[in-house]
Amino acid sequence: MTSLSSCEAVAEPSPGGLGWLLEQRVLLSIAVLAVLPWLLPSQALAVNVLIYGVVVMGYNLLFGYTGLLSFGQAAFFGAGAYFTGIAIGRYGVPWFAAVPIAVGLSTCLAAAIGIVSTRTRGIYFSMVTLALAQLVYYVALQASSFTGGENGLRGFTVDRISLFGLPVNFLDPVNKYYVLMVFAALAMWFQSRILNSPFGAVIEAIRENEQRARACGYDVERSKLIVFMLSGAISSLGGCMLALHLSIVPLDILHYQTSGMIVMMVLLGGARSFFGPFVGAASFLILEDVISLWTPHWQIFVGAIFVLFVLFLPKGIWGTLADVVGIGKARQ
Amino acid sequence: MSGELLRAEGIGKRFGGFVALEGITVSFAAGQLTSIIGPNGAGKSTFFNILSGALPPTSGKLHFRGRELNGLPQHRFVHQGISRSYQITNIFPDLSVHENVRVAAQALTVSYDIWRNRARLTELNARADAALDAVGLLGKRAELAKFLSHGQQRALEIAIALVSEPELLLLDEPTAGMGPEETKDMVALLERLADKRTVLLVEHKMKMVLGLSKRVVVLHHGRLLADGAPDEIRSNPEVRRVYLGQSEGYG
Repeated sequence: MTSLSSCEAVAEPSPGGLGWLLEQRVLLSIAVLAVLPWLLPSQALAVNVLIYGVVVMGYNLLFGYTGLLSFGQAAFFGAGAYFTGIAIGRYGVPWFAAVPIAVGLSTCLAAAIGIVSTRTRGIYFSMVTLALAQLVYYVALQASSFTGGENGLRGFTVDRISLFGLPVNFLDPVNKYYVLMVFAALAMWFQSRILNSPFGAVIEAIRENEQRARACGYDVERSKLIVFMLSGAISSLGGCMLALHLSIVPLDILHYQTSGMIVMMVLLGGARSFFGPFVGAASFLILEDVISLWTPHWQIFVGAIFVLFVLFLPKGIWGTLADVVGIGKARQ
Repeated sequence: MSGELLRAEGIGKRFGGFVALEGITVSFAAGQLTSIIGPNGAGKSTFFNILSGALPPTSGKLHFRGRELNGLPQHRFVHQGISRSYQITNIFPDLSVHENVRVAAQALTVSYDIWRNRARLTELNARADAALDAVGLLGKRAELAKFLSHGQQRALEIAIALVSEPELLLLDEPTAGMGPEETKDMVALLERLADKRTVLLVEHKMKMVLGLSKRVVVLHHGRLLADGAPDEIRSNPEVRRVYLGQSEGYG
């Protein structure tokens, strides 16, 4: 079995080998993201890969690593975007302070939704997260004086920012990409820390066997709540990035279709792997970009490709690729 | 070592109208291997689930080292020093053998830490390896648990229960589904464990139990039928009638 030898590679990574390279997963990801705008058809697409990559990565913590299928991740993506926009546009908070404030508030929202939803299991968990996220959607729709309602949130353009005293034109797509990439790098570093930590072992144990985890002495409910909040925090950072990028927040990003898209992206790229979410977000967005050029019904094709993946490559693009080249579960 | 470790007082359990256990009063001394036996449906597993906190009793009290355990959630039982294995193999199939034990070892110390790197917690890793060594699985540490043989998976379960250094180890039919060879290995392992620890064993295989235990507790229809040394149990006419006489009892 290739996966057996790869497990040994985890314990003692061979210096210089493929295993060693993948050990440096954060640096490797940053290196790839740094050249991404020149690999993709457009820089706008590259920015979207960055944003959705972070959102899906946060979701993967919950779905891939803990095994909790939530249909409500859009709530945190949207919350990050709305809180950022409201903080900047309504309260005049500088953009670099708006981001941590938005992530903090979104994490509180995740705590509230998590307290209710993590008490349920299986299909009930999925349905409760879906329902509560739709509740957030309708709150954003109704509270239009705060959120702009149907029109989305506007009026908080970030055009010129100052980095350590240096003025940077944020309307330039290249500048914007690299500033947002710093956030993505932070998120990847944080995610990697969590996965390497003792707590990262706890969530995998819960996914593998909840009853046994409890019998080992773990407070399963508390662990699920913590991971729900961490996952929401990381996904909300993607929302902050979207708000800074677009200078508007469309109401649609809170809709359950966005949650569904996040689930599709993680399955396409490969759940339970560090690189899967970015691979999935990139593949999905490239497919959308390419196919929508020649037909407005691109969703039919993306949907068909998704079904083919679920049927024949359930480990997603990255998971399958990793199996084929024999690094198996080394970095999952 | 002697002295009372665990005392169950008037334990009863009802599932709706069905009485699974009634009025079980029994105490277990530290440092010996006690077996709980009884025909199918006698209430052994229910009793075990109550002792390990997986089920709350309908009536009665549990005392461990003088502390009342009633009302504690199951995961706190481990922190008190009670650890268990399951009748049906209950491991983390998609984790490595080493990780199965390591994750159990960290439960009492660093479980919610998100900043340290678990690969660098060398003391925990060494403890996990020591527990694997104790059950003879150290050579398999890098394999995925799901690829172990049935007997090895049962041994892994014991390593998972053992690594928290419990004062009381509860083993639910550790030889269930094993062939003669695997059973022999497991009995040897249980004998080694019984030297150092307080072990409570639920078993079906009578000959094995009588040879292994210092004391045997017999349950029948949810009640305590007999309690004594293996020789007393063997000659007890009540026990012979309900249990030993039935061929299925040897299952």
